[in-house]
Amino acid sequence: MLIAGALMTLPLLAVFAILAGRRDFSHAVVYAGCFVASVALLAGGLQYLGGHSGSPSVVLPLGLPWIKAHFRIDNLTALFLLIINLSAAAASAFAVGYGGHLPQRRRVTPFYPIFLLAMNLVLLADDAFTFLVAWECMSLASWLMVVSDHQDAENRRAGTVYVIMAVFGTFCLLPCFGLLAGAGGDYTFEAMRLRELGALGSFLVALLAILGTGSKAGLVPLHAWLPLAHPAAPSHVSALMSGVMTKVALYGMIRILLDLHGELSWHWGAGLMLAGGITAVLGVLYAVMQDDLKKLLAYSTVENIGVAIIGLGLAIAFKGDGQKELAALALVAGLYHMANHSVFKTLLFLGSGAVIAATGHRSLGALGGLLKRMPWTGAAFLVGSAAIASLPPLNGFVSEWLILQSLFKGPAMPHWAMKFGVPVVGAFLALAAALAATCFVRAYGVAFLGRPRSDAAAEAEDVTFGMRVSMAVLAIICVVMGVIPVTVTDALTHVVRPLTGIDLAVSADLGWPWLSPVSSTRGSYSATILVMFGLSLFAIAIFIVHRLGTQATRRADAWDCGHPEDIPESQYTGPSFAQPLRRAFGGTIFQARESVTMPEPGDSSPATHQVRMIDPIWQGLYVPLGKVVDWIADHVNRLQYLTVRGYLLMMFGTLVFMLLVVAVRQQL
Amino acid sequence: MNAIVWQALQIVLVVALAPLVTGYVRWVKARLQGRYGAAPWQPYRDLYRLLQKEAVVAHSASWIFRAAPYVTFASVWLAACIVPTFTTNMVLAPAADLIALVALLAVGRFWTALAGMDVGTSFGGLGASREMLIASLAEPAMLMITFSLSLVSGTTAPAQIVAFVLSGNVGIEVSLGLALAAMVMVAIAENGRIPIDNPATHLELTMVHEAMVLEYSGRHLAMIEAASMVRLTLYIALIATLFAPWGIAQPGAGAAGAMLGLVVFLAKAFILGTVLAFFETSIAKMRVFRYADFLGGALLLGLLATIFLYVSEAV
Amino acid sequence: MSQQFSYEIAHLIGATQLMAGFGLLYQRRVFAVLNTFAFQALALAAAAAWQAHVQHAPHLYVTAAIALLFKALAVPFALHWLVEKLGIHRTVETALSIGWTMIVGVALVALSIMLVLPVTAAASALTRESLALAMSVVLLGMLMMITRRNAVTQVVGFMALENGLILAAVSAKGMPLVVEISIAFSVLVAMTVFGIFFFRIRERFDSLDVAYLESYRGDRS
Repeated sequence: MLIAGALMTLPLLAVFAILAGRRDFSHAVVYAGCFVASVALLAGGLQYLGGHSGSPSVVLPLGLPWIKAHFRIDNLTALFLLIINLSAAAASAFAVGYGGHLPQRRRVTPFYPIFLLAMNLVLLADDAFTFLVAWECMSLASWLMVVSDHQDAENRRAGTVYVIMAVFGTFCLLPCFGLLAGAGGDYTFEAMRLRELGALGSFLVALLAILGTGSKAGLVPLHAWLPLAHPAAPSHVSALMSGVMTKVALYGMIRILLDLHGELSWHWGAGLMLAGGITAVLGVLYAVMQDDLKKLLAYSTVENIGVAIIGLGLAIAFKGDGQKELAALALVAGLYHMANHSVFKTLLFLGSGAVIAATGHRSLGALGGLLKRMPWTGAAFLVGSAAIASLPPLNGFVSEWLILQSLFKGPAMPHWAMKFGVPVVGAFLALAAALAATCFVRAYGVAFLGRPRSDAAAEAEDVTFGMRVSMAVLAIICVVMGVIPVTVTDALTHVVRPLTGIDLAVSADLGWPWLSPVSSTRGSYSATILVMFGLSLFAIAIFIVHRLGTQATRRADAWDCGHPEDIPESQYTGPSFAQPLRRAFGGTIFQARESVTMPEPGDSSPATHQVRMIDPIWQGLYVPLGKVVDWIADHVNRLQYLTVRGYLLMMFGTLVFMLLVVAVRQQL
Repeated sequence: MNAIVWQALQIVLVVALAPLVTGYVRWVKARLQGRYGAAPWQPYRDLYRLLQKEAVVAHSASWIFRAAPYVTFASVWLAACIVPTFTTNMVLAPAADLIALVALLAVGRFWTALAGMDVGTSFGGLGASREMLIASLAEPAMLMITFSLSLVSGTTAPAQIVAFVLSGNVGIEVSLGLALAAMVMVAIAENGRIPIDNPATHLELTMVHEAMVLEYSGRHLAMIEAASMVRLTLYIALIATLFAPWGIAQPGAGAAGAMLGLVVFLAKAFILGTVLAFFETSIAKMRVFRYADFLGGALLLGLLATIFLYVSEAV
Repeated sequence: MSQQFSYEIAHLIGATQLMAGFGLLYQRRVFAVLNTFAFQALALAAAAAWQAHVQHAPHLYVTAAIALLFKALAVPFALHWLVEKLGIHRTVETALSIGWTMIVGVALVALSIMLVLPVTAAASALTRESLALAMSVVLLGMLMMITRRNAVTQVVGFMALENGLILAAVSAKGMPLVVEISIAFSVLVAMTVFGIFFFRIRERFDSLDVAYLESYRGDRS
């Protein structure tokens, strides 16, 4: 009942925040309360993850009188409770020092506990009604925090786009659950699992579920709101939206597609996999071009969601094909990546929050040299960057390794679409991983290394102790999840067992530290051994160097091939770092055009270099869509000026149409 | 027990041999270009000389600049210890398969690129930016090669691939030819050889790797140089092992087999080194913006190698 | 020498030809394109000679000789001469960037594999591979013709396409020599026609970019 208690506390905190919002200490109190509640929920998740305590459910007389609210904790819920509340705890702890100093803090603090509560309720919901209400609350609470800084026109635009996409998502999920519930109208998940869907129903449910949850997760082309909305919120909220809310969306996708939906054909898996691949590559290409640190992180979220969806799609395809073991492996890989991403993305967003708190800037062009000024934040951000760049021995690499291993088994499926699709998706995934490394070398190198590009960056001070600790804990978790992967995958096998119906052995016959799914001759990876081996080689290298050579070191000015420049503007900047990639990829995808204007001889004005890029998805999909909506609105507008008879005719027509539908349905 | 001994030998071998391989390639190139050239063992002297020199560190450099040479060297060395050279019977070989190997090399690159940006000079950033462009295409190409090899042999572990090829289950596959071509392209790019990069250049605007490590001196430079040498040996060993594994000792081959494997490996390394020298002498460096075409070509070849397996029914 | 081995060698040569097809798409210099084309023709000659050896079909040696003489030597030299004579721009002018052309190329190879597989389900894997290779070479040749603006590179694309046809022909057993010779002659005629055509458009437009011909089309209303 730890969980129930924690959940009760959250609305109380929200009320407190509203009542006591004027007092400065109240923010710290609320965030501290949220931290405690998250830790309690974390402990609750951990307790149920083993699956030994069964899957308790509870029915509460909430909501509509004839539909009670059902809650249940199974392994999947427990895992996501863990993922979500880990990041939530870190973000709340960070916010104790951070949230009280925001300009619009009173517009953020009350909604923060509500947001946490709603996300947890989505996970715990065991009927469609509760699920949707919680889902909507989650969207609204986060929307309110996105528009908290409403003086900025950009934030208002982000809020508008976000609310439209959130409504779109719910609009898809409503009929999806309606179809799952069927004519009987039993909205509990239990009843949905037992229902047989027809061919058309099955198709529609899958499509609507993917659209509804995919739009929340940021699946291309439904991602447009994400890079606008996530950076607009205060950093600790961005961390939750990017690191956590997208996971809630993926939870919804898994719950509907793999649990509620009985039999899904492999086609959906193939489609999802391809969509995931495209999402990953496009997301990271956008990310590598960004100059705003938080926007870069938001686009990188799109990439990582794509990677996780590749794993999910593969799992669905394998399951549809009856290859349960591989389905379990792919699902473990996908879930591992979701857990990883929530840890390192939260870490990176908190790091960006620390940078903003210290310098007031979030544009890479105004940062630089922060590692020396902010050693703690710098070190934690480095761990996060290396993890997201999927470098061993950190956690990002483990999930990438698992996804690649299951992808490499994809051609074993007898369908030609999979045989040709899997290598292409493999190339996408590999490209995305390599570009992510580039993206974070760039972000880290420009923001934390080199020389400061502004006075604010030159005088930055590291953040408070609590903020540092919350980042450090996340960084340590990144390392731990990377170094002992088998422990994590063992826990994940409990989650995938009920979904795929098989017990996966992730360390087949080599034993504990060896990750070798399927069989030991298939390929294995052991971060534990590699780290020990690597550290000893590192020590040997240092020993030999210091034994054979001198240790003398001298500090001097930079050499820079003989002509060092004192001004920090001579350094490579974010745009200049991205220039080769922009030339290689941007020309066709983003229509990137560069133009240089040189002043006339004798004119002392500086030369300018301009880059123009367009967002192909925004220009190609959303702008035309907006025009269509405008056009329809213009024409529907006429209905406002009908005569009384006209209105009656419309009502009559609608009634007759409905009756016709009923009549036809009865005939079928 | 043997596995531990061979592993230890491998650890020493890759580091001890790497400067010689690099020196040999330089020597052959010099001869081909009509120069006398330094002796093949010159790199040993160079490294020793660098170790004796005082290291100069820029004022603006952070601890990353000082740590990067060691991290880079250790990660490349670690990767090289796992590629089978003379025997597949090594105790630590299962710790990383080809995917992990690619990632280990990425660790080294990540740190070197960061170090390039650390001092805050224009050249360092230029080198880092270009190096990451190369990597962002070469790494996926390498993974696609791994994909096709894993489809042929059913495994991503180099030792198991060797065992599979040596068991005679695989003929001359078109796919393997394509994969080999892609692999050579990747190896050229990753080692900064002509036509992608010129290891001997000190002309500012054409440098990639050299620009990135421009600020290094003394023991730090020695570590960076040694890492490059080990990387070259690693790729030579990888090509030799995956595409021409004949002669490698298998588990149970005993000491005699391992010694034979060692001799064969040395022969392969020097043959490939000679080929590299010939290739580099006969070709010009390409423009930076052609890299994407070249490495994109490697990536597509890797993809093609995978797709072609379906025709030959190897899958 | 086993059947298996002979097929493997044949396929390796075929793959070389395919690689040369990609090489044609990759090159940016007209002379490099010509050299790559000569290399492809050389591979074709080798393929024909190998088939002649394996199938004990001496007439295929004639095919090999024709490929070697005309396509690997005569045509590249002639085009080389033309390029110098006409002072044509030495870089390849592309309608689609090189990276994208190669991606489309790979997609075409995948397409031909997909097409060939069900059609020849009854045939052995070895025939399928040859057919897939030949078809890919043909499609790449067509792609080259479409995506390169300069007339010289278009001719090379046409020739490469025809290389693929011959590859298909020599791989299948029992193609009569008459067909080969007539193909060879038709290529020569085409070559001559193109040569004259070059001179004409060059005289008229001062360029070999075929886009200039667009405005002179009669059927545009």
